[in-house]
Amino acid sequence: MLGFIGKRLVQMVPILLGITIITFAVVHLAPGSPVDVQTSMSLKTSAEARANLRKLYGLDKPLTTQYIEWLGRFVKLDFGKSFTDGRDVLHKIAERIPVTLAINVLSLILIFIVALPVGILSATKRYSLFDKISTVLVFIGFSTPTFWLALLLMILFGVQLGILPISGIQSIDVSGLGPLGRLADWGRHLILPVFVSAFGGIAGLSRYSRSSMLDVIRQDYIRTARAKGLPESQVIWRHALRNALLPIVTIMGLSVPGLIGGGVIFETIFSIPGMGQLYYQSVMSRDYPTIMGIMVIFAVLTLIGNLVADIAYGLVDPRIRLGGQR
Amino acid sequence: MSLRGIVWRRFRKNTLALGGSAVVLALILTASLAPLISPYTPTHIDIDHVLAPPSWRHPFGTDELGRDVLSRMIWGSRVSLSVGFIAMGIAVLIGIIVGSLAGFYGGKVDAVLMRFVDMMLAFPSFVLILAVIAIVEPSIFTIMAVIGVTGWMDVARLVRAEFLTLKQRDFVLASKSAGAGSLRLIFREILPNALTPVFVAATFGVAGAILTESSLSFLGIGVQPPNPSWGNILASGKDNIETAWWLSFYPGLAILITVLSYNLVGEGLRDALDPRLWEAERLP
Repeated sequence: MLGFIGKRLVQMVPILLGITIITFAVVHLAPGSPVDVQTSMSLKTSAEARANLRKLYGLDKPLTTQYIEWLGRFVKLDFGKSFTDGRDVLHKIAERIPVTLAINVLSLILIFIVALPVGILSATKRYSLFDKISTVLVFIGFSTPTFWLALLLMILFGVQLGILPISGIQSIDVSGLGPLGRLADWGRHLILPVFVSAFGGIAGLSRYSRSSMLDVIRQDYIRTARAKGLPESQVIWRHALRNALLPIVTIMGLSVPGLIGGGVIFETIFSIPGMGQLYYQSVMSRDYPTIMGIMVIFAVLTLIGNLVADIAYGLVDPRIRLGGQR
Repeated sequence: MSLRGIVWRRFRKNTLALGGSAVVLALILTASLAPLISPYTPTHIDIDHVLAPPSWRHPFGTDELGRDVLSRMIWGSRVSLSVGFIAMGIAVLIGIIVGSLAGFYGGKVDAVLMRFVDMMLAFPSFVLILAVIAIVEPSIFTIMAVIGVTGWMDVARLVRAEFLTLKQRDFVLASKSAGAGSLRLIFREILPNALTPVFVAATFGVAGAILTESSLSFLGIGVQPPNPSWGNILASGKDNIETAWWLSFYPGLAILITVLSYNLVGEGLRDALDPRLWEAERLP
């Protein structure tokens, strides 16, 4: 197993390198250089000042040299300075990680709590009314634009009922509250974002756990378990679930890019100071160092998700970890 | 009975997929007849009815400039439709080329192309799209191109997998031994037989492209006002969230129904095209 994980890690290296090349290429092959963006505010910027800026960012060197220098700094976690406020990109990103992480962990938990029982019930009571209704809901869930859902929830709970805040992660007067009050305040701010972020995942995972469960309960050992007289609940929740669970972990790993992409949208809508919002702001202000830093981090997170999925696969199916090629 | 006949017969039995197709057809009709059926022009300003709630005069209300939301949605359906189809067309084209080359030639060509696919897939697609949008001027055409250029990887994988099995089949080997060149083998022999899974993926892809376009337009980096798109009407819905729920409600509902319909059609196609599900209907 360790050998399998090691091999997967080694395979990631060229992909990591490719990610940095794509990131660098996307930003540097664009028409107009970062210097133009920074100086476009004032028309009076002299040619000399432009040349200085160009030198500062190393833009006067050939692209390959620029890339190698950038990569050299990058592996040392030196992401450069932001174009917008001159702060270290690494710091800008680091201070936003906790919020994004908290929301993602909470929504993963929510996805699991809701989707797993729904999927299992649909599978064990296949073609029942519950199964049919949940199938329709899953389809609608797949097709709902999450930013629309966010808007509707903001209108309902924030504007009409006025019971939930619709932006930010804390109230303005939060300093007057005790620790418990502060926690409650956070909680109230996070309800809508976490729900919106989990929404698509709930649809996907309940569909997936349904089919995973259906695969398992067709197997011979389930028939054996029933034949030896085990109660149905034990057959399902002990014998079947255990084997259906790993493929489900796989899909959780593969859902990382979706969560990240969704985060960019809902963090922007709810004005949540996380990495997604930072990415959107950097894109809007063409803050290239920040864009590049976040792109690589997001890609690495996606690769880690894939790795988790691969490991889960390897645990379930020895053919995969022993066979080498998929 | 022909293969096409079987597929159609199976598709026809699927009520949801038929319903989805009907909605898709209705949408295509709406988009093509937009000038005839929309009650106002999309930029007509009704100065006395700014942010007016739904009424007989304006069934879906008006926006912050007094423009009719229903009319803007009818014209906006053109954006969704064209972005969905053209972006998917670009993605399918790139995917077919990359997938065919990788699957047909194998070896180093395959290794290089598929590693590139892996690299592209390592970026959450929305993140990659935003990065490109950051450096080009946003418009309906760049949106189409960007969604297409960042969305071809699944098609490439599907086509490659088909090529890997098909190129070993007797009819291909026969054609090869009869002296057919690579181009003929790829385009005349293998590709037509490799397209089935691509149809299904493309249908889901249209749904995905429509969702992406509306998200981008909602964020202000897609279709630019005053051109109407469902996403940018929703953006003004967010700006007027305290007062005008109709600006947020109807365009989003239109997106939901459209995307749902394409997904249902895709699901129906997948089931109808899957030979493993054909047992019940033997060839007469």
